[in-house]
Amino acid sequence: MNFNEWKNFNGGRWKESIDVRDFIQNNYRPYEGDGSFLCPATKRTNLIMDKFRILQKKEQENGGVLSIDVDTVSSICSYAPGYLDKENEIIVGFQTDEPLKRGVNPFGGIRMARASCEAYGYKLSENVEKAFKFRTTHNDGVFRVYTDEMKSARHCGLLTGLPDAYGRGRIIGDYRRIALYGIDELIKAKQTDKAELGKKLMDADNIRLLEEVAQQINFLGLIKEMAAMYGFDISKPAKNAKEAIQWTYFGYLAANKEQNGAAMSFGRTSTFFDIYIERDLKDGTLTEEGAQELIDDLVIKLRMARHLRTPEYNELFGGDPMWITESIGGMGEDNRTLVTKSSFRILHTLRNLGPAPEPNLTVLWSERLPEAFKAYCAEISIDTDSIQYENDDIMRSSYGDDYAIACCVSAMKVGKQMQFFGARTNLAKLLLLAINGGTDNMFGTKIGPQMGPIESDVLNFDEVMNRFRIYLKWLANLYVNTMNCIHYMHDKYAYEKSQMALHDTKVQRLMAFGVAGLSVAADSFSAIKYATVKPIRDENGIIVDFETIGDFPKFGNDDDRVDSIAHDLLHDVSKELKKTPTYKSAVHTLSALTITSNVMYGKKTGSTPDGRKKGEPFAPGANPMHNRETNGAIASLNSVSKLSYLDARDGISNTFSIVPDALGKSRKERVNNLVSILNGYFSNCAHHLNVNVMNRELLMKAYENPEEFPNLTIRVSGYAVNFCKLSREQQREVISRTFHECC
Amino acid sequence: MLKAKINSFQSLGTVDGPGVRAVVFMQGCPLRCHCCHNPDSWHIEDGTEITQDELFNKIIRCKKYFGDNGGVTFSGGEPLMQSEFLCEFIEKLKKENIHTVIDTSGCILSDTAKKALSICDLVLLDCKYTNSDDYLKYTGMSYDSFLKAIEYLSSINKPIWLRQVIIPSINDNNESVNLLFKLKEKYPNVQKIELLPFRKLCAEKYKNLNIPFPFENISEATKSDIEKLYRKSHLNSR
Repeated sequence: MNFNEWKNFNGGRWKESIDVRDFIQNNYRPYEGDGSFLCPATKRTNLIMDKFRILQKKEQENGGVLSIDVDTVSSICSYAPGYLDKENEIIVGFQTDEPLKRGVNPFGGIRMARASCEAYGYKLSENVEKAFKFRTTHNDGVFRVYTDEMKSARHCGLLTGLPDAYGRGRIIGDYRRIALYGIDELIKAKQTDKAELGKKLMDADNIRLLEEVAQQINFLGLIKEMAAMYGFDISKPAKNAKEAIQWTYFGYLAANKEQNGAAMSFGRTSTFFDIYIERDLKDGTLTEEGAQELIDDLVIKLRMARHLRTPEYNELFGGDPMWITESIGGMGEDNRTLVTKSSFRILHTLRNLGPAPEPNLTVLWSERLPEAFKAYCAEISIDTDSIQYENDDIMRSSYGDDYAIACCVSAMKVGKQMQFFGARTNLAKLLLLAINGGTDNMFGTKIGPQMGPIESDVLNFDEVMNRFRIYLKWLANLYVNTMNCIHYMHDKYAYEKSQMALHDTKVQRLMAFGVAGLSVAADSFSAIKYATVKPIRDENGIIVDFETIGDFPKFGNDDDRVDSIAHDLLHDVSKELKKTPTYKSAVHTLSALTITSNVMYGKKTGSTPDGRKKGEPFAPGANPMHNRETNGAIASLNSVSKLSYLDARDGISNTFSIVPDALGKSRKERVNNLVSILNGYFSNCAHHLNVNVMNRELLMKAYENPEEFPNLTIRVSGYAVNFCKLSREQQREVISRTFHECC
Repeated sequence: MLKAKINSFQSLGTVDGPGVRAVVFMQGCPLRCHCCHNPDSWHIEDGTEITQDELFNKIIRCKKYFGDNGGVTFSGGEPLMQSEFLCEFIEKLKKENIHTVIDTSGCILSDTAKKALSICDLVLLDCKYTNSDDYLKYTGMSYDSFLKAIEYLSSINKPIWLRQVIIPSINDNNESVNLLFKLKEKYPNVQKIELLPFRKLCAEKYKNLNIPFPFENISEATKSDIEKLYRKSHLNSR
């Protein structure tokens, strides 16, 4: 391959086959300096932002949704082009024909589409209803094959948030490929792959893959068509930075039009874009101001992405999130940092455009990152509470140096790996189910092995643990089988054609399981072991509450007695899951991540032996339970860092909130101290940290007077939200979390 | 090896000495300051006994977070009440290259206290008041003993951060603060002065302990009060 658009780029393997990583490695320039080169927002950018803010305000006033196009089925080319300000926009493209107007995507399930229209006072049009009357959706498919036991586990909240009625998401197309190669070259490569597959035995797997590749080719054509509607010919590679960003964004936009996946992440683009920006700067065709303007405009577009959801969905994933995760920084396998000036530029959007939850800016932290970049990140964290950090040093060994984060904490090699998203199981509820021997004490459902409630007056650790293992074994098998059903049907009825077109044909698959209530379960086991836990029974002998006498070690205090319980729980879950084979031979992975569903999980879970009462929220992700940390923040971080990434390769989420005064006296001290904390935490092989530097009082004020804080952003669990968009219940839970204070 | 009596252990402190620090709140204090923030730390017999190994292990678990300038601060209570322990323990930390700070009023100057002060890296010296009357009235200790402490620390050229809690209507005046700055001029080993606002978060503790909080009716000092005092004292040392 060779194109004029590639002039002045260093060659490499990337010219022989699709290989974006090789292009980056041969062409990028690491940057070790500070952020003093950055430019403020231009007048144009501010003008665009003003227009966006007006729409955003209207959207909020309308109950969270500006408008819905109920007549059209969302697809790549089904809407006319939309603009916010056609003359002044640099990067263009919306999901529908108007900014913030939401499209309807019934491929996941027609009921969900119908319900979400109704929730906002709309009615799905007859056209769409008719079109889907004789069409099987993903949701239809799944429910055809779900067993009674699967439905039961889902109903009582043992398995929750399963992607069986909406797009599974967590797939990142390598959108950069469009910019680097142009659509035509990508189609050519897929045609070659297809021809090769045609030579193989036509067994079910091969036929299925052939059909998938045929659909991918078809959809690559549609992406080109969509770009043409906006007046761009993306058949050939991008010739400058503006085109590179626009081409890449078109890929992402197409994915969002085609799929309403739970998490639609963007990838790892800033260092890729930097190569184009550097070339233009050198040519004199771009200035620093212009470069920042490009990135700012891209980020405005990303902030305007929307999917139509139901209120029930918001209960799980509060704040209308998209998880447009962009992974920034990290180190290369050759020890050069992957930080470039554009890593700064994208973080700088939080200054130029103000704090915001999207895109979900994720810094890949390494001890060896340039010190100036670390300090810049810490500064932005302190000012905006909008960044999360993930440990590049532990992920690089599994995923190389061109992986990106999907959703919150899920790493995958861009364009080479995809994930089957699997929500999570409720460990605290599983423990109660084991104690009650197969009766769920909230719903009365009989599920799992039937052995009756424990009969002793005081819970015995070994007895409870033995039972728990029996139930875990049963549940792990049920969980994998449920996921297999879901993903088989998703592939069959809602296959991600455009996103998978931007993956290698021979893709590696990960199946991501999850747990919620890890700290509740660990503390409960600790209470049973170190204190006296007396079960309280109802008239039917079902254990519905506990009297816990005496103190016990609690997760979050760097106390091995309980931290080892948490560690082993995660290890055991992982081990059990691996015993049941997965659909398409995906690799089993596991996360400790809840999003905001920790509130809903708590609501569905009875009182637990750790003293948590029925219905009370869990801690999010892998966090220790609120306000049980009595040894300060580092002890808490140390406890979480004992959970092994090897057991939870899909991520271990921890949210850390500290009041500004507890981080140091001067601004400079706070920045240095935050860097020290991050270095310490990640050098312990911890995986993830959300950082909030704020006072609880601020959140309480925003709770009382939300209209005064329209842009208050806070990191919750692997993502950031606009605090005011959370439900009242979710807001209360966030306020009740531990805020580390001055001692 | 001597054991310690501690009030509590905080794994993350950033306001008692430089950088990220583990803070050991030692139990026991001979003073009865009216502004005391930790009345639960007065009686040594109320503390939790901890062995050197236990405490050492807790601190080692924090070491990775210390960065270039963090370390351990011994606060309290009055850490010099257990100076024999400090002498042994600080030596142990030094072997691990951990930076050590003692946060003290300087009210104890026994030989072992002197030794502890001499082997630590930095002293946060709490100057309660800058005149004899207030000193005695509000702490039960004489200003002289404070002066002896700063003299001693100066004689061994030990770096000091001189600190004072600013209490509205008592020492929130320029004359008082200027005297602090004069001390800094006189003793070149004083590296900086920190004025800390009087807070009443401790009122709850007094209530729980069922003892009167002598400064209950005094209002808290605000950040802007403190800023003003710094500015007016001309020698802004921040």
